[in-house]
Amino acid sequence: MKYTLSVLVENHPGVLSKVSGLFSRRGFNIDSLAVGITEDSSISRMTIVADGDEYIIEQLEKQLNKVIPVIKVRTYSSNEFISRELSLIKVNCPAKQRLDIMKIAELMDAKIVDVSLNTMTLQFADTIERFETLVDLLKPYGIREIVRTGTVAIEKDSVVSRK
Amino acid sequence: MISGAEIMVKCLQEEGVEILFGYPGAVICPFFDKLYDTDIKAILVRQEQNAAHAASGYARAMSKVGVCVATSGPGALNMITGIATAYMDSVPMVAITGQVRSDVLGRDVFQEADITGACESFVKHSYLVKNTADLPRVFKEAFHIASTGRPGPVLIDVPVDVQQGEIESFEYPDKVNIIGYKPSVHGHPLQIRRAVEMMEKAERPIICAGGGVLSSGAKLRLREFAAKTNIPVASTMMGLGTMPSDDPLFVGMIGSHGTKAANIAIHEADLIILCGARVGDRAVASPDQVVENANVIHIDIDPAEIGKNMKTTIPIVGDLKNVLSQIVKEVGYRAPDEWVTHIGALKQQYKTAPVSFDGFVEPKSFLEKLSSMLRQKAILVADVGQNQIWCANSFKVSDGRFFTSGGMGTMGYSVPAAVGAKFARPNRDVVAVCGDGAFQMSLNELATIAQNHLNVKVIVMRNTVLGMVHELQDFHYNSRYAVTELSDIPDFCKIADAYGIGSAVASTNEEAEAIAAKMLKSDKPFLLICNVHPNTPSK
Repeated sequence: MKYTLSVLVENHPGVLSKVSGLFSRRGFNIDSLAVGITEDSSISRMTIVADGDEYIIEQLEKQLNKVIPVIKVRTYSSNEFISRELSLIKVNCPAKQRLDIMKIAELMDAKIVDVSLNTMTLQFADTIERFETLVDLLKPYGIREIVRTGTVAIEKDSVVSRK
Repeated sequence: MISGAEIMVKCLQEEGVEILFGYPGAVICPFFDKLYDTDIKAILVRQEQNAAHAASGYARAMSKVGVCVATSGPGALNMITGIATAYMDSVPMVAITGQVRSDVLGRDVFQEADITGACESFVKHSYLVKNTADLPRVFKEAFHIASTGRPGPVLIDVPVDVQQGEIESFEYPDKVNIIGYKPSVHGHPLQIRRAVEMMEKAERPIICAGGGVLSSGAKLRLREFAAKTNIPVASTMMGLGTMPSDDPLFVGMIGSHGTKAANIAIHEADLIILCGARVGDRAVASPDQVVENANVIHIDIDPAEIGKNMKTTIPIVGDLKNVLSQIVKEVGYRAPDEWVTHIGALKQQYKTAPVSFDGFVEPKSFLEKLSSMLRQKAILVADVGQNQIWCANSFKVSDGRFFTSGGMGTMGYSVPAAVGAKFARPNRDVVAVCGDGAFQMSLNELATIAQNHLNVKVIVMRNTVLGMVHELQDFHYNSRYAVTELSDIPDFCKIADAYGIGSAVASTNEEAEAIAAKMLKSDKPFLLICNVHPNTPSK
């Protein structure tokens, strides 16, 4: 099962390697990892999507907590957070297909950020499920390159306040 | 103005460091030069790994942070095995390494090694110091992290220009503030109550004491807990010494190399109280089987250890010293006498007579005898291999200590660790026991012993083979002794002689005992070689 972990860390050099090293040496599988500073510039947030069972995720949380510059670890359960991933997709696009792809982009709420003679690049920010749908739709045209940021997530207040 | 090197020395003084173990090199010279002017003893070992082992022996004997120092590149790299050994056994240590100039870092210059990167997975924390002004904070944090919570090694890598750089003045912080590091020390009262309630229902409870009991300084607390509740105590290898070996409540060491009685007791128990024990694979091979019929109360300062190897019914996170006091205060329970009697019977039933060979020393009976010859509070440092198992099962600890490399199983640990222990406790008997394999990994430290007139006794169980693997080859590889025969080379007495250290060879237990009695009376170092038959079993 996929788990989304939100990890607050001190914004020091070397912290990323301490955290990512932990995954490999303890044999945890990591799907994506996104890092950026928070509203407090001395603190960064890492959003990690990892694969595993309950035991692995519990171990992962505990081991992360042992890393000195790690301030806080939270594992989100499915309903209590909003997650997004930014992706850039470069797709084959000869002039005669431009309209088709523009339609797909419009339908999926993707933004066209670059057009050349033979390609079109879409920018897409949504959930992984929606991303996969978009990719399925674009596949027949020939996808040249995909760049993804990895998932970032934030807690939903609407759910929390109802608890 | 004050230099970085001087600051480093002042930080050590502020932390009450009296001694460190090290090996110099060009880029740690500024530090050693400043250290030269102080009262802090700097002991020159003969290889950097041994600096870490010596610091570890010192730390365990003193219950204080041990300090080791090496230069950059190969010096630091040699120290890694020692650091990792300390990490696996949760020994508080600060390792300081010199580093090449910070402006050439990453250019693969002479003797450059990314030591913070290389040590990542076996230090509790590490620092690569880029500014002289950061040194006081880094040292303060390093000693704090190494000695609090679950203890462990912290590495400080200091480029030579940071040591040479100067700042206005030195001020040592009186507090640390690491937002992500606040180990909990007191057990949660609710969990304590639940644990006490669970004990009330137990018919066959057992305490399993690990190394955490000793590193928390909770030995007497645990003895009090066991005495009050009548609960028998088994121990892991790291927990040996928690209970006096001859205490009726002491069951013995558990695990693949432990006693049959202790292993049966653990499997029969309906309540296991793990105290500072991570129950590694060598302690409990099949934890799932053990917990099938038993509840588990796990007390540990490191929450990550709880539930890692054994399913836990009641977790209690906290310092054992506090948690056990809390429990002792609340508990009124006493374990049924039948259970204790049953365990006593198991101990009798599975007592085995050691196998002896004519013309050779039988190590188990000799070690048992040796325990009674040592003065109170003696420290025995066992190496790794068959000698470790012999010592663990046959050496009787009462109020002394038993040190060994339990987690990492690092051969060559005993002699340098004994050096550190002796510096810590000059008035106690300190004995290193090793095999002829392990001894040859660190016999260079005889020089450190001789140079410092250290009264360390070294006993080598010489069986001319790498006994532990040799035995494994007997069991699983049709007695094909691939690469395990050491032969009778070298003449260890001649080596001792070269270092100016007295020595003798024993080929019977009577001889060994007579020599041991004599050597223990002297205040000089001594090397006792016991000829042991290569087929002497571990257990």
